[in-house]
Amino acid sequence: MAIPYFNEMYQNDQVRPLYARLEDWTRAMPAELRQMKQAEAEALFRRIGITFAVYGEGGDPDRLIPFDMFPRVFTQTEWRKLERGIKQRARALNAFLLDVYGRGEIIRAGRIPARLVYQNEAYERAVAGFVPPRGVYSHIVGIDLVRTGPEDFFVLEDNCRTPSGVSYMLENREIMMRMFPALFRENRIEPVDGYPDLLRRTLASVAPAKCEGEPTVVILTPGHFNSAYYEHSFLADLMGVELVEGADLFVEAGFVWMRTTQGPRRVDVIYRRIDDAFLDPLCFRPDSMLGIAGLMDVYRSGGVSICSAPGAGVADDKAIYTYVPEMIRFYLGEEPVLQNVPTWQCGKSDDLKYVLENMTELVVKEVHGSGGYGMLVGPRATKAEIAAFRDRVAAKPGNYIAQPTLALSTTPTFVEQGIAPRHVDLRPYCLVGERIELVPGGLTRVALTEGSLVVNSSQGGGVKDTWVLAE
Amino acid sequence: MLSRTADNLFWIARYMERAETMARLLEVGARIALMPSAGDGYRNEWDSLLRASGTAAGFAAKYGDPVQRNIESYLFFDRDNPSSVASCIEQARENGRIVRTALTTQVWDALSTASQELRQLERCERSSLELSQLTEWTMRQTAMVRGAIDTTQLRNDGYDFLGLGYALERADNTARLLDVKYYVLLPRVEFIGSGLDNYQWQTLLRALSAHRAFHWAYGGDITAGKIAHFLVLNPQCPRSLLTAIGAAMGHLDRLSRGYGHSTEAQARARVILGELGELAVEDVFDEGLHEFLTRFIREVGDLSGLVQGAYLSGEAR
Amino acid sequence: MIVTVNHTTTYHYDAVMRGAVQSLRLFPSQFDGQKTLEWSVEVANGIRGGAFRDGAGDRVEGWSVRGPLSEVSVIVSGRVETKDLTGVLRGHREIVVPEAYLRETTPTRANVALADLARSAAAGGGNALERAHRLSEAIAGAIVYRPGVTHAHTTAAEALELGEGVCQDHAHALIACARVLDLPARYISGYLYATEDGSMHEAAHAWAEIFVEGLGWVGFDAANTCCSDERYIRLGSGFDAQDAAPIRGIAQGIGAETMDVTVALGATQQ
Repeated sequence: MAIPYFNEMYQNDQVRPLYARLEDWTRAMPAELRQMKQAEAEALFRRIGITFAVYGEGGDPDRLIPFDMFPRVFTQTEWRKLERGIKQRARALNAFLLDVYGRGEIIRAGRIPARLVYQNEAYERAVAGFVPPRGVYSHIVGIDLVRTGPEDFFVLEDNCRTPSGVSYMLENREIMMRMFPALFRENRIEPVDGYPDLLRRTLASVAPAKCEGEPTVVILTPGHFNSAYYEHSFLADLMGVELVEGADLFVEAGFVWMRTTQGPRRVDVIYRRIDDAFLDPLCFRPDSMLGIAGLMDVYRSGGVSICSAPGAGVADDKAIYTYVPEMIRFYLGEEPVLQNVPTWQCGKSDDLKYVLENMTELVVKEVHGSGGYGMLVGPRATKAEIAAFRDRVAAKPGNYIAQPTLALSTTPTFVEQGIAPRHVDLRPYCLVGERIELVPGGLTRVALTEGSLVVNSSQGGGVKDTWVLAE
Repeated sequence: MLSRTADNLFWIARYMERAETMARLLEVGARIALMPSAGDGYRNEWDSLLRASGTAAGFAAKYGDPVQRNIESYLFFDRDNPSSVASCIEQARENGRIVRTALTTQVWDALSTASQELRQLERCERSSLELSQLTEWTMRQTAMVRGAIDTTQLRNDGYDFLGLGYALERADNTARLLDVKYYVLLPRVEFIGSGLDNYQWQTLLRALSAHRAFHWAYGGDITAGKIAHFLVLNPQCPRSLLTAIGAAMGHLDRLSRGYGHSTEAQARARVILGELGELAVEDVFDEGLHEFLTRFIREVGDLSGLVQGAYLSGEAR
Repeated sequence: MIVTVNHTTTYHYDAVMRGAVQSLRLFPSQFDGQKTLEWSVEVANGIRGGAFRDGAGDRVEGWSVRGPLSEVSVIVSGRVETKDLTGVLRGHREIVVPEAYLRETTPTRANVALADLARSAAAGGGNALERAHRLSEAIAGAIVYRPGVTHAHTTAAEALELGEGVCQDHAHALIACARVLDLPARYISGYLYATEDGSMHEAAHAWAEIFVEGLGWVGFDAANTCCSDERYIRLGSGFDAQDAAPIRGIAQGIGAETMDVTVALGATQQ
């Protein structure tokens, strides 16, 4: 079955105006120059040390995520709609979190089943009743979007905990500007480099009430063996804050302190890049070596802020996802600007029946999976793969959801033979603190294999610079 | 600055300095091995080297007899030997990666390049590599890193922890190298003043890249007294104990000024420096060079421990 | 009844430790059945940290002790006036909804045997309260009180198979069975004042609460086949023993830990 894909550059064999200058640019670029530039880009990435390691895959620990030099472009009008939709979603998700750890109005109103929330693994009983500063639970909301037509954007999933990849958004732009300054003179492109500063301000804006003076913000990393360590150190550097590991912090007298060469220094806001389970061995996993003993007591008594707040994961669960449009209506009294992808909950018997019968047409995902693992793309899977997956779904239906295979849009991408369309998605990063902020851009991930719809970097995906044209 | 960051910076410097010393030791060994044998043949010299570098037990467990090629492998390439050049360079690079943001691009580049080239060397056919190539390569890499640090790093506390690492490691290493010559390489008293003795001194100076400097500074024949003066007490010699402790003192003073308070580490460094400043070379020989060096190495170790406790462990209040 | 409590827990380490951090849930719950007259919690040489009341209504206090140390003592003393509410947790303020306590944890996971036990106990019909009572009796019958055969990490399923255990095992088994019947249930830690000799418990005690529609949370002590009454002092709740532990702590260092506990309860009838 041939699905008609929306090509973001060409429509009816005409170049869409926003890509016109880029077409001239590629025409004027001979193959040798392109190869040279590609090598230069790779050398630059390697020099800055931006690499990506996948757990358990072995091989080159300094592997680069492939960078495609062909930018992806949005018009100002397109972006404004996306921006409205993303901010709306980030507001609703935070309202939901505050509600389910408070009175649970949305559940009392019968709009979301209690079971989905309260028996969810990501629901943290330990923070029930706690109102974090400014009522914000998820301070960095990464919303994965796909496009299927000129006006059609769908939200694929929400990431309310610690969405990664923002360093690529910044580095991709940096490298493009360094290699092709002329492009940036010819096209008026909205800048993204304000992100680290906005992030710092967002984090500082949620300092706890006990904080006096300028808040001390830190980034908490699981350590230098983590695949996203580069990103953690990159952000710490650009924000001018310390990058700490659990062992650098300790708890005393109701506050969190970091160990410095000049003695203990109080920490007010922790931007953590580790999971809830590893935050505090006294509260969550007693075997955790990564966390800070007593952290949750300090947090709950208002001595420190943790971003994202523990428990935020209950909002980005794939089973909860279905109800986000309902949240927008319930909390904001608005209609959703961005649509959800229709989703079948395998936990419901009617849905399960449909999914098992139509597996070849559907994308089936594990509710708690991420990174493109535990996922079946029906139309691209072999019979054996489908059979195996069917057994897994039938065994634990509540762990799976299914969605139609979306006709992901394509953008032109440099390939061996020249330029060819490849499927893309988009992850913008919305910041929620005193204000809700969104830099004009995001991370475009591209499935480099011809025909592939899986854009995850762990599965052969690459990245592109993402432009929003100024008016 | 985070104590852990300071600790990583300190160890980048120590590992790079240690890599250089290992390479220099290898060079001493190779040159001495070219000489007609003094005692039990060349094995004796190589054995001394292993003992001097503190790796004799590890080597014996893995290879048994000290054969030159095995010793080269062990001291240069072997990742099981924590003091091998390869281990030191990889450790330094890993420490650098952890504190990437506390380093300038140039310093990171230099560390990264060393590690990448090391991997290329490891892929080379071993027989195609001359020992001198390996030692020269090591000196070049360590010089690149040190040069990048001196020319590009911000002169903040991080710079002082790098500097302290270099100074304390160097003080320790020079003392050890000197001790090898005096105590290990030439254990039998009848060789003192012999042609062999003289040759070994020259080799040691060469390995320290101090051969010509020595002659400029002293002239005439090489004597144990002059050498000991040069490597222990001469403030012009970049590797002398006095220079190294002086450098450590400088960094510690900068830290106490910057932080607005002094610690036990400053006090102890001042005592060691004071003693070296008062010392005449005769005093060293009166005490016995080996005894003096042993005591000095212990004092430097104690000083390192104090630096660790005051700044790097995170236990400071 | 006025119950006086003197409770000291001392952790000994066989090596010098760099420091210790604790999270204490050692404060009597506030509800109509309990009135705290006097209460004090101290950690010897400790530094008091943040304190708060959590979503389940329990007061939690963080403490830390600077090293070097080789022991940590937690000293609790006080007086509580108690009233028999036949197990009902009346007037207790909490925000966590009962549905949250339908989630299973490793020690409270129901295997086939526990599920069978629950269903056969419930087979007699009746309302939720009656079924809860029968569950409690069934557990008391299936797991005989015997100290020393189970340990801190024994699961409900293991205790049932063994047929023996202590109050922690009774509580875990009761929670597991209640959840089989879709009744929210949770673990309670506290004290029990013994009036007659030889009753089957220790003064530091644990039992379970089951949520009964219309009544709210009701305390069931399967170990003593009764509901919690004026002899019980309720401290805190959780999914299971670990989650509801009155003392959670960690010491930094390599030393192995041993623990001494002394609990002395006294009572005056009003």
